[in-house]
Formats: sequence, structure tokens, C-alpha cells
Amino acid sequence: MGLDFSIIPDYLDIILLGVAWTVGITLAAAALSFAGGVVFAVIALYAPWVIRQPFRLIEFVFMGTPLLLQLFLIYFGLVQIGIDLPAFVAGIIGLGLHFAVYNSELIQTSILAVDRGQMEAARTLGLSRGQALRKVVIPQAVRAVVPPIGNNMIALLKDSALVSVIGVSELTLSAQRAIGKTYRPFEFYILAAAFYYVINLCMEWVQRKIERRISISR
Amino acid sequence: MDFELMQKVFPFFLEAAWTTILLSVLTAILGLTCGTLGAAARLSRFRSLRFIGAAYVSVFRGTPALIQLFILYFGGPQIGIQLDAFQAGVIGLGINAGAYMTETIRGAIIAVDSGQREAARTLGLSNWQATYKVILPQAARLMVRPLGVNLNMLIKATALVAAISVIELTYTAQRYIGSTYKPFEMFLLAGILYMIILYATGRAVAWVDRKVQIT
Repeated sequence: MGLDFSIIPDYLDIILLGVAWTVGITLAAAALSFAGGVVFAVIALYAPWVIRQPFRLIEFVFMGTPLLLQLFLIYFGLVQIGIDLPAFVAGIIGLGLHFAVYNSELIQTSILAVDRGQMEAARTLGLSRGQALRKVVIPQAVRAVVPPIGNNMIALLKDSALVSVIGVSELTLSAQRAIGKTYRPFEFYILAAAFYYVINLCMEWVQRKIERRISISR
Repeated sequence: MDFELMQKVFPFFLEAAWTTILLSVLTAILGLTCGTLGAAARLSRFRSLRFIGAAYVSVFRGTPALIQLFILYFGGPQIGIQLDAFQAGVIGLGINAGAYMTETIRGAIIAVDSGQREAARTLGLSNWQATYKVILPQAARLMVRPLGVNLNMLIKATALVAAISVIELTYTAQRYIGSTYKPFEMFLLAGILYMIILYATGRAVAWVDRKVQIT
């Protein structure tokens, strides 16, 4: 069986719908992972001991196990406790939480890297601890953390392919659907890879734009 | 928590963990080989080789490992490559990991001060000798830790071969979740085994790192 790329146009609409889903899931999970990352970082650094320790354990588990396994846990586990979410929601939660933990690590490091004097100065000016964190320390920390988080988001895009395994019709599963009808795995997986590559390039471009915009030394 | 069930299925998980370990070791060997060749290509003085190295890194880091695995395993037969799932897993993941390791190894080599090469050349070593006797030994020390990070990612990435039905830890967990409807218990079993593997690997990397440092 040779290669025949001429059949692709007939299935392009399925694939493009998959692309849209992949982009949507990636954006939603990225937003969740960013918000979650900030929250987790603040908990890890400032919450009382009783909250911090179990949280550390969760972080440890999330960093020490494969994402695919976590997706199975979240998807089937939620059903088990009676929460029947659509697969794509479970996928977004799984991807979002997984990367929130990685983002949290980065944000923690960068919060700690913000000069202590900043917090002291803000407190001296009459801001409360929470205000100082929100308005002075975190904005500076976030700026430093954009490049590595950008890399995480590109990793997230690629890992979004994993949610096909729990039945979310994104790009990978769309390619599988087309393959199911045509028995042409090589052509459609290559096509899917090409789309991922293009989305990846777009994300790198956006990342560079954002980095340039927020850097202080313009 | 159903401990009785966990006890009953534990032997299967243990066996699967060995598959994960074997998979990781073979993938790491192939990854290191590809990474070394990739770094050599990227640092070559021939433009065509540099281009090939850069394209390798860009393509394999720019697309999902899962898709690469599918192309090899399902698409391979169309272009005359017949592999069983385990072989496809090792080769697919190894080439993928190699792209990441290329950048690690290249980064460590260019991090060695350029004065070192100049000094070696001044002392009469050939370019080749300077590379092998001066640059690489220093670069090797710098790359242990970041390669350890690559190794950690690689071990977690072996879970992907569950999608092509290699019976490793994640596949086993998935299968027992399906048959017992106890996702949490199965996650715990597989998760603990993964964490043991990763912890042991991390300690081994730290040990090697300590051994190769001069100070």
C-alpha cells in the first residue's frame, strides 16, 4: 500500500474541526493552568502549614506520574464519585491541573526571586500583605516567569493530543476518525503532525510578542 | 479504598513496572545516541549537517510524541516499516527524546568557555584533540543534571505507549480501571510505582552528578 495524499481534501473539514477543538482545549487549559499556577504558588508559599503540606503531596504526585495516567484518574474518577463531565471538560481539567503544578513551581521560584525590599517597601507605604503580594510582588514575578511558562504552554499544546485517548474529538482523534474511514494512517497522522507544528509555530510567535511587550528593558 | 483488590492485582502492576523500566532503559539508550548525533550535527562545520540537526530538533519537538508514535506504528507498514508495538514504542520515544537531548548536549558543549579551546590549540593540540580531551570532558559534567531532567520526562513519556497497547504500567492501570471501576485504587498502585522509579532514577542521576564534579 503506497502513499496517497490526494484523499486528504475530502476529510479536511473533519480535520479542521479537530484543529479548532485542539486550539480551544489548549487555550482553556492554558488559562486554567496559569490561574491555578498562581493560586498553587501562593498556597505553597504563604498558606498555613496544615494546608501547605497536603498540597505539597498533591504537587509531588502530579509531578511524579505521567499525564496520561492522571487523565484516566480524573476522567474515570469523577464519574466514580458521581460527577459525569463531558470528556472534553475532564480533559481541560486534567491538562490544566497538570500544567498548573508545573507553572506553580516556576511562579514560586520567581516570587522568591523578587527582591524582599519590594515587599518591605510596599508594607511601609501602608499596603496590607495581601495587597502588597497582589499589586507589587506577583506582577513582577509574573513578568520574570513568562518565558518558561510560554514553554510550558507549548508543551501543553503537544500534550493535548493525549485527551484523544479519553475520547475528546480534537485533532488526533479527528485524524483517527478519518483513518477509520480510509485506512490511511500515514497520510492523516502526517497531516495532523503538520497542523500541530503550525499551531506550535504560531504559539512561539505569540510568545515572542508577549515577551517583548512585557520586558521592562525595551 | 479496596485494599483487598489492590493486593490481588498488585503482581500484575509489578510485572508491568518491569516493562516500563525496560522500555525506559532502551529508550534512554536510543535517545542518548540520537541526542549525541544530533548535537554533533548541530555543531558541525558543514552547513547541511547543521540544517539536518536543526530540522530534527524542530520537527520532533514541535509535534506531539503521541502522533510520532502513531505515524511509526500505524503508518509505518505503508512505507514498509513493520514493527511490533514494543519496538515502535522504543524507537518512537527514543527518537523523540533524542531531539530534547540534542539541545541539552549542545547546550552543555557551547557552555564550555571558548578560551578552553583556544588555550588547547595554543598548546599544540589539534582541533580534534581539543574537542575530545578538553571540551567534551568539561561539557560532560555540565550535562548530567539537565540530562537527568530529560530522563525524568522520558520515563513519564513511556506512558504514551499504552495508546498502542504495550502492556506497561499505564496500560495496566487503564485496563483494570475498565474492568474493576476503581480508578483511584488503580491510579494509586501505578502512581506509587512510577514515583519509586522516578525517585530511584533521580537519586542515581544525583549520584553520577556528584561523582563527575571536580570540586
